[in-house]
Amino acid sequence: MKKSNIIMLIAAILPLGLFLFPLWKITLEAPQYPTPLGMYIHINDFSDAHPHDIKNINLMNHYVGMKYIPEAIPEFKIFPLGILITSIIGLIIAFKGNYKWFLFWFVLMMVLSTAGLYDFYLWEHDYGHNLDPKAIMKFTNPDGSVMGFQPPLFGSKDILNFRAHSYPRLGALFLGAGMACAFIAYSMGKKAQKKRLNLAN
Amino acid sequence: MKTILKSTIALFAILAAFTSCNNSGKSSGKSGALAGNVAEKVYVAPGEHDEFYAFISGGFSGQLSVYGLPSGRLFKVIPVFSQDAEKAYGYNEETKPMLNTSHGFVPWDDAHHPDISQTNGVIDGRWVFINGNNTPRIAKVDLSTFETTEIIEVPNSAGNHSSSFVTENTEYVVAGTRFSVPIPQKDMPIKDYKGNFKGSLTFISVEPEHGHMDIKFQLIMPGFDYDLSHPGRGKSHGWFFFTTYNSEEANTLLEVNASQNDKDFIAAVNWKKIEEYVNNGGGTMMPANYAHNVYDESTHSATSTMKKEVLTVNPLEVPGAVFLLPTPKSPHGCDVDPSGEYIVGNGKLSANLTVHSFTKMLDAIENEKFAGDAYGIPILNFDDVLAGSVEQPGLGPLHTEFDGKGNAYTTFFISSEVVKWKLGTWEVVDRQPCYYSVGHLMIPGGNSQKPWGKYVVAMNKITKDRYLPTGPEVTQSAQLYDISGDKMELLLDFPTIGEPHYAAGCPADLIKPRSKKIFNLEDNQHPFATKNEADTKVVRDGKTVHVYMTMIRSHFSPDNIEGIKVGDRVYFHVTNLEQDYDVPHGISMIGANTSELLIMPGQTETFVWEPKQEGVWPFYCTDFCSALHQEMQGYVRVSATNAKTPLKWSLGENIE
Repeated sequence: MKKSNIIMLIAAILPLGLFLFPLWKITLEAPQYPTPLGMYIHINDFSDAHPHDIKNINLMNHYVGMKYIPEAIPEFKIFPLGILITSIIGLIIAFKGNYKWFLFWFVLMMVLSTAGLYDFYLWEHDYGHNLDPKAIMKFTNPDGSVMGFQPPLFGSKDILNFRAHSYPRLGALFLGAGMACAFIAYSMGKKAQKKRLNLAN
Repeated sequence: MKTILKSTIALFAILAAFTSCNNSGKSSGKSGALAGNVAEKVYVAPGEHDEFYAFISGGFSGQLSVYGLPSGRLFKVIPVFSQDAEKAYGYNEETKPMLNTSHGFVPWDDAHHPDISQTNGVIDGRWVFINGNNTPRIAKVDLSTFETTEIIEVPNSAGNHSSSFVTENTEYVVAGTRFSVPIPQKDMPIKDYKGNFKGSLTFISVEPEHGHMDIKFQLIMPGFDYDLSHPGRGKSHGWFFFTTYNSEEANTLLEVNASQNDKDFIAAVNWKKIEEYVNNGGGTMMPANYAHNVYDESTHSATSTMKKEVLTVNPLEVPGAVFLLPTPKSPHGCDVDPSGEYIVGNGKLSANLTVHSFTKMLDAIENEKFAGDAYGIPILNFDDVLAGSVEQPGLGPLHTEFDGKGNAYTTFFISSEVVKWKLGTWEVVDRQPCYYSVGHLMIPGGNSQKPWGKYVVAMNKITKDRYLPTGPEVTQSAQLYDISGDKMELLLDFPTIGEPHYAAGCPADLIKPRSKKIFNLEDNQHPFATKNEADTKVVRDGKTVHVYMTMIRSHFSPDNIEGIKVGDRVYFHVTNLEQDYDVPHGISMIGANTSELLIMPGQTETFVWEPKQEGVWPFYCTDFCSALHQEMQGYVRVSATNAKTPLKWSLGENIE
């Protein structure tokens, strides 16, 4: 097996780390929470950073009319399937395909990841803006519009008395590393191809 | 050049400032607590924690208070023997059984001597034991929840005072009677006290894993007053020492009649020997009647069981187990140093402090050098067991603690001071006044092989001018001294609840990491628990109504109830659905003849309400819980006894 194919093989396997490690983490800091509230986002579920965190986030958020963080959302069924399918495709490519297919896989993953992030953004937007009209507390922006409570997609942001942090976790690194490997495999494959062409000439 | 000049001048200015500071410090001389550096020693900055926990008994309040050292700040009052409306202890249905006794529901006691559990002679911070003096009881407080979880009544005892000290692996908690009484109790002339009344020394075993208490045996002693006690440790582990007074066996005007003998006794009890005797089937089962109350954390409820017999031991049946050490004169405190060699008997009417030697005691026993006997119990010769005396250290010695560095600290009630002296040389090395009339003192870990000899806390009976006046009743007081140097230094006065008797202390790190934050809702096995709002309901059973209610920020479920009738007995079983640290909710009902409930996250508690008037009556949350705390309320509609109002309840919509 060619070196580039071996790397492609690794690239295809790495995203499976998403099944072992969380993809993302949202942390909420406030003075009355010396231990910040936190929530991990996995490929197929939410989980508490500390016991009962999600319950307590829900309790707190109901004052401004945010929805209860659902036990399951449709994405949690689609995403794992997506990762499984793309990994299988990656494996097939690693065994059968040449470097051009590596690029294809890389681009596919880029597109899917971007779509995933966009979907995540849409969910966050809905979660932070689609508020219960009977909410106990209503806040408006200086311009008079209804204040949203959307956590940041990436980075840190102040939301009322909370400071929200949103950053990727180990699972995302596995995904990123997989994609990087695919690109490296592509580059190596291309170089090797060039060499072969040069030799042929 | 100019800059050099400038900086030199500045330097002098700074030096002058410091010098004048020093001068003023010196000129104020012994102002002690006023000096800035003293204030810093007790200052715990906002957000920081104290170094030690101190558990100070509440005396006649029947409670145990939790303080931080060195700040002297009060953190919590733990209800033990008295009802506490703040926490519903002794008011709610779950904890009422804790205060059950053979005399019925006794919602008060006189709490004297807390002691923390030990492992291998070192404080382990798992439980605090404390005695109820008046209606003899021993309580156990769990230091993961800071709640009283077990109380055992002590039969054949009266004035449970030489108590509740633990042996070095918490094998036993001891409960010695102060007053001798007829055993078993009977109707007889008081004048026949002498020779007929007996004193019981009760050894309560502590199960090592969960701390479950059980009376292992009672030693039935001559009818003296057993005042205080301490376990042996290290080399004297396996022995327990009790001071006695009234060896005269007087029964009236004791202040005179019990002060006649030049020497009373310290009773030395080889409990290992008696334990062995008992394990081999020794002792006599005697009918008895005493309550054993246990609180179960999973059901959040206590049960009370009446026990019907107790194993008694006559000391004469176990030769070599009990000896009497003559000690001048009406000794009060009985304190054993960390090595276990020295047994200090503070004769409160004696000018000197008497210290016995454990080694000499064993030697005298081995050589059978006895001066006589009391009701068959051998009395050793005073001179054979004496290690030494501290000559004229002060007036009215009471109690001694040790710093683990070869020094002892004794309180003097009459001369109102703490005196530091050296073990072995018996010389006084320092003294500091107390404000005023000091009783016990406490060094963290003082009743163990490993004292943390940094501070000593003196507990005073009188405060007079030390605090702002509050009418004729002035706060009781503790005083904190730094004992890390050669000389003691008074750092702080701080007020205490009730009359503080003894205290126990230990480093905060032993307890802090194990402190519970919430109760897991899934683990709640209370028979009337409701774990989510969908399951809330109201159930009628004849004239008894059970309300299965939940609470969460910021509402009760249900919050409207109809169909209750005058003459009903309504049980509110309320579960706090929160699972967040420090978010209890309270509930109270107008006209309920009880206290509010204060319910921790994940816990269920119950109160009873017997409505006596028709109407619509509110209930509300009593603990400020959230931004919408004021809205956390509800109504109960009470109809006439014969009304046909159907039983209904709701949350979020009107009852149709």
